[in-house]
Amino acid sequence: MESSFFQVDNLSISFGGIKALQDVSFTMDRGEIFSVIGPNGAGKTTLFNCISGLYKPNHGDIRFQGKKVDNEKPDIIAKMGIARTFQNIELFSNMNTMENIMLGRHIHMQTGLFHGMTMWGRSSFAAKDEIQHRKKVEEIIDFLELQNVRDKFVGALPYGTQKLIELGRALALEPTLLLLDEPCAGMNSEEKQDMIFWIKDIQDDLGITILLIEHDMKMVMDISSRVLAINFGKPVTLGIPQEVQQNEEVLKAYIGEGD
Amino acid sequence: MDMKRDYFEDVQLFTSPVVVFWFAFLIGSLYLLPFFVSNYYIYVANYIAINIIVATGLNLLVGYTGQISLGHAGFFAIGAYGTTVLMVKAGLPFLLALPGAALIAACFGFLLGLPALRLEGPYLAIATLGFGLTITQVIGRIELFGGRDGIHVPDINIGSWIIDTDKEFYFLLITLTIFLLWFMRNLIKTRMGRAFIAIRDADIAAETMGVNIVFYKTLAFAISAFYAGIAGGMYAFVLKFIEPEIFTLLMSILFLAMVVVGGLGSMMGSIAGATLLCWLDLKLRNILDIPYVGEWLKNLSENWFSLTGVSNIQYIIFGSIMVGIMLFEPLGLYGIWIRTKKYWRTWPF
Repeated sequence: MESSFFQVDNLSISFGGIKALQDVSFTMDRGEIFSVIGPNGAGKTTLFNCISGLYKPNHGDIRFQGKKVDNEKPDIIAKMGIARTFQNIELFSNMNTMENIMLGRHIHMQTGLFHGMTMWGRSSFAAKDEIQHRKKVEEIIDFLELQNVRDKFVGALPYGTQKLIELGRALALEPTLLLLDEPCAGMNSEEKQDMIFWIKDIQDDLGITILLIEHDMKMVMDISSRVLAINFGKPVTLGIPQEVQQNEEVLKAYIGEGD
Repeated sequence: MDMKRDYFEDVQLFTSPVVVFWFAFLIGSLYLLPFFVSNYYIYVANYIAINIIVATGLNLLVGYTGQISLGHAGFFAIGAYGTTVLMVKAGLPFLLALPGAALIAACFGFLLGLPALRLEGPYLAIATLGFGLTITQVIGRIELFGGRDGIHVPDINIGSWIIDTDKEFYFLLITLTIFLLWFMRNLIKTRMGRAFIAIRDADIAAETMGVNIVFYKTLAFAISAFYAGIAGGMYAFVLKFIEPEIFTLLMSILFLAMVVVGGLGSMMGSIAGATLLCWLDLKLRNILDIPYVGEWLKNLSENWFSLTGVSNIQYIIFGSIMVGIMLFEPLGLYGIWIRTKKYWRTWPF
């Protein structure tokens, strides 16, 4: 069997008596934007947590470029090339923007204990490492137009900016697969428009495959090539956006049942 | 004013010639100090330097990685006993015994770091507290270590240089301290330091960004214990005689207090905190000699606080100064420093 770029098979996980995910399966092709939709509590973020290794699924498996991802630890999964953002921002609030995004370079940097401790002058190993990767981060800061908050501590920045910094941090990891958990939540329409452009750019220019959770239907329909709808942890339907939008069960889940 | 031209300036130690000048001035005056002050103050400086090393190491654990330790007197004891025993019983030279003992302390730090992976906050505090208490009990039982009677510490000799005065010891210690501080500062500014801070601020995000939490949390314990071990080893030579009773819970708490009073997550804070608390600790012992105040405190203590009289009277003042600092500046001495700096930078506005 030919292994696809990213594949989730019969994924199930339960917490106590609550079945958070039941038999979720889908495959993704390299380079596409794949969206997961569903009402609050449907299990979307749980799915992300399983993929990034924070939860261990009870059944089923997750394969990324042919390699098993489930049962690996989050940091190993990150090293395999899967990065993510969080629905509730998880930034390092006592670092500035630059340092936050620098942490995304962690797996690419070489400096260990000895070189780090003995950094001396700009030609030392650790300094070269820093300079080289700060340049990379600067490119990301330019790309996301974060120059004016470059040296500001992130804790006090506006919500939308924090979301962007999180995106920047994930990009700094140079992932092959990027998981975006409601990147537009809490944004005004102008910020949303910008975010949509950036996501398209990430797909087109950087060639990164994107798995997206989003509530904004318009956005989902605009940018994704395929959509998976889940409700109460169970897959409802999977298809191109127009099909999913017409699906009766999806409408029911979102709008409620009419008499 | 704050224009940067390249990325190295984000991480370099000397940001301007002015800073270089002040650093050189400071280090120069540290080395010249023994020629101008009496022996007692050299002893004080040694005592402070040793505590600065511990506080810096502990700050990596508590301030930067967000874990807690109430057992650092244990690592301090391992350093002190390790160095002494390696020199006396194993016949190792000082230059091998000190790092050897510190490495043993680091190993214990690593081991203590393992349960710390599952524990947080108050639970971790109790676990480390247990470690600190146990280690002195165990040391007291081992005959090789001198048991309860303690053990004499030999003079340091490096090659043909025999260090038997406080002054010579001061030069050795101050050099060591400068290097350890410099190492720590670099560590925090580079890749691994960022990983430590990331774990403190948002461990889940750090993990999904590829930071190995198990490795970094245990490493923080090990490095922190290493610093405490070095400091303990040096402390043995200050005391010339060590026994298990020296390394008490109160010592662990004082180490932690230095870090907190100084300011969590700030090296400047660790230095200031250790200096202030050591200074107070030594100075307040003589508080009863102060006219009027001493009398008054003596009465206070005898009438209200202790049955046996004035034994711990200095801790009343000590405690109230600490409470005062934390009350008015939760960021500790570092917070005061930041405010002062800001004031001068924006002066006269």
